[in-house]
Amino acid sequence: MTMTTSLLTTSYLAAAVLFILSLKGLSHPETARRGNQFGALGMLIAVVAVALHMGILASPTLIGVLAVASIIGALVAARVAMTDMPQLVALLHSFVGAAAVLVGLSNHMAPAVELTGIDKTIHDVETYLGIFIGSLTFTGSVIAWGKLQGVIRSKPLLLPARHLLNLAMLVACVWLGWVYLGQGHDGLQTLLIMTAIAGLIGIHLVMAIGGADMPVVVSMLNSYSGWAASAAGFMLSNDLLIITGALVGSSGAILSYIMCRAMNRSFVSVILGGFGADEGAAPAAGSVAITGDLVPTSAEEVVGLLRAASSVIVVPGYGMAVAQAQHPVKEIVQILRAAGKNVRFAIHPVAGRLPGHMNVLLAEANLPYDIVLEMDEINDDFPKTDVVLVIGANDIVNPSALDDPSSPIAGMPVLHAWESAACIVFKRGKGAGYAGVENPLFFKPKTKMLYGDAKKSVDAILSLLKA
Amino acid sequence: MIVGITKESIPGERRVAATPDSVTKLQSFGFAVLVESGAGLAAGFADEAYAEAGARIASTAETWAAQVVIKVRPPQDAEVDRLNAGQTLISYLYPAQNGPLVERLIERGVTAVAMDQVPRTTRAQKVDALSSTGNLSGYRAVLEAAHVLQRPMGGQTTAAGKILPCKVLVIGAGVAGLAAIGAARALGAIVRAFDTRPAVKEQVASMGAEFLQVEIDEDGTGQGGYAKEMSPAFIAAEMALFAAQAKEVDVIITTALIPGKRAPILITADMVRSMKRGAVIVDLAAETQGNCELTTPGEAVTVDGVTIIGYTDLPSRLALQASSLYAQNIVHLLDEMGGAAKFGIDESNDIVRPMTVVKQGVLSWPPPAISPSHPPSLPVPWAPATADSPARAGSPTPPTSAQPRPAAKPPSHGAPAGNTSWTVIGVVGVALFVIGLGAPQNFLTHLTVFVLACVIGYQVVWSVTPALHTPLMSVTNAISGIIVIGGMLQIGGGLTSAASIIGAIAIFLAALNISGGFLVTHRMLKMFRR
Repeated sequence: MTMTTSLLTTSYLAAAVLFILSLKGLSHPETARRGNQFGALGMLIAVVAVALHMGILASPTLIGVLAVASIIGALVAARVAMTDMPQLVALLHSFVGAAAVLVGLSNHMAPAVELTGIDKTIHDVETYLGIFIGSLTFTGSVIAWGKLQGVIRSKPLLLPARHLLNLAMLVACVWLGWVYLGQGHDGLQTLLIMTAIAGLIGIHLVMAIGGADMPVVVSMLNSYSGWAASAAGFMLSNDLLIITGALVGSSGAILSYIMCRAMNRSFVSVILGGFGADEGAAPAAGSVAITGDLVPTSAEEVVGLLRAASSVIVVPGYGMAVAQAQHPVKEIVQILRAAGKNVRFAIHPVAGRLPGHMNVLLAEANLPYDIVLEMDEINDDFPKTDVVLVIGANDIVNPSALDDPSSPIAGMPVLHAWESAACIVFKRGKGAGYAGVENPLFFKPKTKMLYGDAKKSVDAILSLLKA
Repeated sequence: MIVGITKESIPGERRVAATPDSVTKLQSFGFAVLVESGAGLAAGFADEAYAEAGARIASTAETWAAQVVIKVRPPQDAEVDRLNAGQTLISYLYPAQNGPLVERLIERGVTAVAMDQVPRTTRAQKVDALSSTGNLSGYRAVLEAAHVLQRPMGGQTTAAGKILPCKVLVIGAGVAGLAAIGAARALGAIVRAFDTRPAVKEQVASMGAEFLQVEIDEDGTGQGGYAKEMSPAFIAAEMALFAAQAKEVDVIITTALIPGKRAPILITADMVRSMKRGAVIVDLAAETQGNCELTTPGEAVTVDGVTIIGYTDLPSRLALQASSLYAQNIVHLLDEMGGAAKFGIDESNDIVRPMTVVKQGVLSWPPPAISPSHPPSLPVPWAPATADSPARAGSPTPPTSAQPRPAAKPPSHGAPAGNTSWTVIGVVGVALFVIGLGAPQNFLTHLTVFVLACVIGYQVVWSVTPALHTPLMSVTNAISGIIVIGGMLQIGGGLTSAASIIGAIAIFLAALNISGGFLVTHRMLKMFRR
């Protein structure tokens, strides 16, 4: 069968609709799997249609490249631990970014059609923009991956005059763009220089952002990878690329917005970075003094409390993910639930290092998703709760976000763990949280601290509960 | 700010809108409380108990002159005449059925808040009086049936022979229906239940009843948790099912209401006549003419040996508990209305606004529709979550306490309200004009596609449940691998040029992304289970 242009266009249409359905499916866990299959089907249709149209379906190059890459991708996907999901997502973003750069460069070297006049100018701008975003996405994602993987320190790197530096690099890119428009075909060198500068911007931007702001960074890069694909679509006059890029771009943008709102910070302030390094280090003058003592507790005491409780809320944080404590936590929850207690999870939108990170971990541990509630669903229930277990979370349960206007996290919505009858905080040591903010929750009379590795503490409680 | 608790004037109504306990709470909000003498007597609360809690016992005239008048049933005409401009009345009003009453309230210039118009959201559940009473009605319905029934509900094997368990059919698995299921099960009966909304199947099963289904695949889930009207084919199948069940079961409990309309007839006279002698029908929809053709509202009648109970005062028969729950609903409502200090109708309050039927003599019902753009969060069934309502339409009621509280929360992650300002529209308009002046047609076509795709993306992504944000990222990641097409368009005739080699590398990276992204998403989604 020959793939006419019209058939190709209808295939694109089919793929685009399938992609939309794929995202739509995610509105609910029950429909999500089907959604994912729709997405994969759309991709298959698109790839086969293009291959037929180009007459390269049987090309050994294409088949070889596709097969090797798919196998590698599948192996990685099958092996990755759920706690490493943020790294994987970041890494995959970098691939899209890199691919966008390469497609742009390739298109510059061998354009499909020769254009003139304003059409050519527009095309050149599209190429330039696509490469710029792609390069920034690529390096930014690699750095994000490094930070999440622990290869690069997660503390923000703060160069002097870093905002000026970013601005200077941006201006340079705009200027180079002007130069490139004048050069046309001979502008490869200009393009490469710009690619390098854009890459530096990506590196520098993400280096300046600390570990707990990663949910925003990763969603932002998600968004950029979409815009890069869209720009490539404009460049190649390919509507499917434009649509898909726009879908992904909006998705990432919305996620970034949600994450920022959950931290009560503006997108710009997160992106400019530096949070938790300078502003938060020294408590601002006039901040509310914390009174009270840290009261340590033991696994035995916690088990006693749990046995007596009728309602329990677990607040997991990144610390639970790091310690891989989700499986024993699930067993504890099962035992408590079997004893007729009302046990639920309270998930803060920015808990973890990825939007929805905690939900994935708890789902991996086989916890039913209807006891895993969002902040707004459960926040009113804390006063009616007997015991709250805060496992590896800190800033998201910090009451000073509400009552201390001078706190760096003031105004951030938090889980009201302190309103319960008793609150147990699982914590590695006595340090302040990521934001460098002391947490008055720890000093409240109803709070007890269970120090040590979260996994070990949880295991100890589990074995006592079983006994 | 003075609150007056009046005595119910309708004969047989035993409930009261406050308890000594709730009086204490109302005072903590800063209200002074007047209780009409004898108001709580029938529900088991003596005047002294109220006085002890800090209320002042007052005459009828004085109570009705309070700034806020609170009662249970809709006021009688004579009572409405006692009200004057500036006062607020809180009670059941049923504005859809009681047009003349609403008009009189407007004439009097009062503010009237209807306890039957509580919105169906999780946040509003604490105020939802129809739910709290529905629960009691369901329970009482079973006891009324058991009382008339000439045999025990549960089965037994005795030396004198076997006692067969009773078979109970519950139509409509709203809160009343679920409570009835629970009560009948507790007495040992075999319980079947029917509802047009397939989503309540699990709730029915969790209460220990068998969920009956018709062969037609149609979802009766309507807006706001109510069931919607079904197609004629579905209704026919449903009626056939009821006819078959009627011959078999000993007790039928019907709970199908349509807000503001006559209840649908589900049990015809023929079905009643086909039932066993001694069987019982309890019609919880009697107040709106009943689900059974032979129901006489307010009475129990016997037709060919089948007793049809149409009592409309079931909550009143549990006056003590019904009053306590209603009083608690009132306490939550007054809290939402700002306590004594800031008492008033806040137009932006998502609970109080929809309940306000008349505001200072101006009709404000029905409230402006709130767009249902906000998806429910995690737990699936939107309908059963907040509102589980029975067959054709809802007897509105949140799940009983035996149910896990699924949360259909007022979404935290909803799209920001559509308050796109004219400025923004103006700026966009100018921008489009400028682009239109200079850009070639070809580019504009692509721009159109791009902008529309952004709009679709925006709409679709806001509906994604927050729990699936990580899968959302990985799946968008996978589909952004569509850039593979870009690479394919470049490799053309093989790896002959630098451009094509670069294209091949791009394909490689994108394909890695596609397979990795889709598979890891699949892996994650597989783990989500209820």
